[in-house]
Amino acid sequence: MLTSTFRPGASLLHRSGAGAKLLGLLVFSTVLVAFQSPLAVLAGFALVAGLYGLGGFGPRTLVAQVWPLRWFVLCLLPFQWWTAGWQVAVAVVGTLVVAVAGAALVTLATRVTDLLDVIARVLEPARAVGVDPERVALLLALTIRAVPVIAGTLHEARDARRARGLERSTRALVTPIVVRTIRHADRVGEALAARGIDD
Amino acid sequence: MIQPSSGGRASRRMSSRDLALVASFAALIAVLGLPGSITVFGSAAPITLQSMGVMLAGSILGWKRGALSVVVLLVLVAAGLPLLAGGRGGLAVFFGPTAGYLIGFVLGAAVIGWLVQQRLPAYPLWWGGLANVVGGIGVVYLVGIPVLAAATSTSLWLAATGSLVFLPGDALKVVIATAVASAVHRGYPGITAPTAAVKSDRAGEQASAR
Repeated sequence: MLTSTFRPGASLLHRSGAGAKLLGLLVFSTVLVAFQSPLAVLAGFALVAGLYGLGGFGPRTLVAQVWPLRWFVLCLLPFQWWTAGWQVAVAVVGTLVVAVAGAALVTLATRVTDLLDVIARVLEPARAVGVDPERVALLLALTIRAVPVIAGTLHEARDARRARGLERSTRALVTPIVVRTIRHADRVGEALAARGIDD
Repeated sequence: MIQPSSGGRASRRMSSRDLALVASFAALIAVLGLPGSITVFGSAAPITLQSMGVMLAGSILGWKRGALSVVVLLVLVAAGLPLLAGGRGGLAVFFGPTAGYLIGFVLGAAVIGWLVQQRLPAYPLWWGGLANVVGGIGVVYLVGIPVLAAATSTSLWLAATGSLVFLPGDALKVVIATAVASAVHRGYPGITAPTAAVKSDRAGEQASAR
């Protein structure tokens, strides 16, 4: 049920380090926003499209990544064009679309675990202020495990609500889910304590 | 209950139950945003309840664990898991125009939790509701709208009026989240400690009462 946005592959993009890709994205989007001009959008788009090709992703995949922005583009493009001219319209909307496409590419070509490893590495200096990277990793893993469990309680609660004839009551649905969420946490907490996590 | 013994370090470190609660509520926020999972008013208005999950996390877990559960969710989203409303995920959402609302979720949960902890162990409905309005709507919009305006190069006014569409749904979520949080605080007293100052006052009161 938890399928990540990662798409396996063997391209250069897939093989390069997660940290490098994140850094590249940061630099790319900063430059894009700093210039915010039609020319920068064009250059940025060419670069991103080229990298999609390098990663073995087709134009369809690229379009799918920016598809959630369609309403923004449809409203914003005519509005900016009308109020500020076509250069501004293309710069603003283009920057948004190209930055989102670039960010999506990083998660397309990088495993979830590799990105989480980067977080653990970045958090290493935070040990000094009491942050324990291993506990952070444990927290993330516990959450990934909890999602299907809580989703399961949602289905149970929905059935129970129907049986009680309260289909339209959101409260009759959410209260049992929250109670079961806490119970799940209690069980997991006890299991962790039994394994010496608190020592 | 065994109290954490060694002062500063233990108080900063979270217990295993805290870890489990944070993880479970992060998952709860994700599940409440599952596509088509829950609709308010039968199926007339398909609003996801993700932002209600944020309200619940703050109201039930307090400011620290509540905000942390939202952070955990966002970290997993950034790493590529499709846990946001409508199955969205990946780094792209943090580069889109609505990224500010996600940051607003973190601050909103913290503000809700902080306000609720001012009154705990009591959870008066009006106070809980006010906390959800201030944190879950006020703070979320306060961060989300300027970011939306900046990302789309539109005026604050325009971005704000565009966000009004979500206000009725959010108001409804406040009502439900407050009712559910009230039931939880009654059923699980002590799930969240009051703020430090209030706690020591209350502890003094209890001691003198005894």
